[in-house]
Amino acid sequence: MNHSNEIAIGFSNIVFGLAFLMVAASLLTWVERRLLGFWQDRYGPNRAGPFGVLQVVADGIKLLFKQDWIPPFADRTVFVIAPAISMITVMLAFAVIPVTPAIGIIGNLNVGLLYFLAMSSLGVYAVVLAGWSSNNKYALLGGMRAAAQMVSYEVFMGLSLVGVVMLAGSYNLTAIVHSQQHLWYVVPQFIGFAVFFLGGLAETHRLPFDLPEGENELGAGFHTEYSGMKFGMFFIGEYIGIILISAFTTVLFLGGWYGPILPPFLWFALKTGVLVAFFVLLRAALPRPRYDQFMAFGWKLMLPLTLINIIATGAVMLFWSTS
Amino acid sequence: MNSTFDISAIVAVLATVMTITRASAVHALLYLTVSLLAVALVFFVLGAPFAAALEVIIYAGAIMILFVFVIMMLNIGDVAADLERAWLTPSMWIGPSFLAVLLAVELCVVVAAGGYGHRAGSVVDARAVGVALVGTYMLAVELASFLLLAGLVAAFHLGRSMTRAD
Repeated sequence: MNHSNEIAIGFSNIVFGLAFLMVAASLLTWVERRLLGFWQDRYGPNRAGPFGVLQVVADGIKLLFKQDWIPPFADRTVFVIAPAISMITVMLAFAVIPVTPAIGIIGNLNVGLLYFLAMSSLGVYAVVLAGWSSNNKYALLGGMRAAAQMVSYEVFMGLSLVGVVMLAGSYNLTAIVHSQQHLWYVVPQFIGFAVFFLGGLAETHRLPFDLPEGENELGAGFHTEYSGMKFGMFFIGEYIGIILISAFTTVLFLGGWYGPILPPFLWFALKTGVLVAFFVLLRAALPRPRYDQFMAFGWKLMLPLTLINIIATGAVMLFWSTS
Repeated sequence: MNSTFDISAIVAVLATVMTITRASAVHALLYLTVSLLAVALVFFVLGAPFAAALEVIIYAGAIMILFVFVIMMLNIGDVAADLERAWLTPSMWIGPSFLAVLLAVELCVVVAAGGYGHRAGSVVDARAVGVALVGTYMLAVELASFLLLAGLVAAFHLGRSMTRAD
């Protein structure tokens, strides 16, 4: 294969990936409402188009025609940058996901896992800057909560992956998937899996961990002052974040594209889809904890648990390698 | 590869200059973050992907966020920016500018002489960094962890006495 051919394939991967992601994320807004309706014994949006699918289009048109207002007391530049950061960081993180051996942009990056953690830690800026630049006390409180929540849960998220890295012996995501050919890491690393998923829930600030935007105490939290498409970017960014965490959980703990009979891509999509539905189910099932309970839960339960997990993994590996 | 290095190096220098000259603390911090990201790219191009990732995760993603967090908590507004503007008088710039010009001349001379061709030959991966940390530099790592533990205990102590005073 010559060089220009490689570039063409890479480029088409990027374009199709982004297009697929945008469509999937906007469809997810509808899927979530239908699923919530199903679990709460009601219909959800079912009028526009077949099964209400066109609700997505209606919502998009509505957002586009809303007045895009920037408050006069806001810090203009930062106010505009913040929603862009929120979308860019989550979309960039998708670059390292090896969907199948053939589909993926830089799935072979030798620090792929760290790249994902780096992007998710940069995502904090979006929320913090949105809260600060709005110059509104509810937004500021939301931004501060978001900063504390995301920076703390990032710690556990990173530590929960150390076990996987130890077993796979690599930060390369493709290598991590390859090493799960016979046994998914969700079995030996169940604690890591659970902590990573909870950390992901906190990183995407989804219910029940949506304390930065808890509407009964903070208005809408960090995006109180946002309207129109800028709000839409935060909104879609959150849904892309859900897909991102689900896709990474699939890659790291559920064996990526491996599975019998069905083609690799379908296996990957299926596993990711089930995890996304689980995200929605958690929202439907669980109440929001109080902020101090939530932080205490992180530092007093998740942190010791991940550290014990690392020590135990190391001990077992040492035992196996010597015996 | 060369142009990536050059562009990110220039971005790093420009962003750092903006960091120093901004009056608003948050804007200055954002430029500093850009500068750190550019430095991460420089590391990456030089063949240190692990260091590049850590630069983004730890500096840009954790330390700078904490800085922004503290500035948000203090909620200093336009008053502080005006004060900062008043401090940045032209006479303030003489000393730093002189030193910066010296460095700039040095850089120009080195670039003109073509003496910056020492781009790393091999890629230093995560495994190599790990082996070096717990092998060759064991003592330094242990000392650093002592320091961090001391910091942790101190922070805990300060936090405790604050709640008792309430």
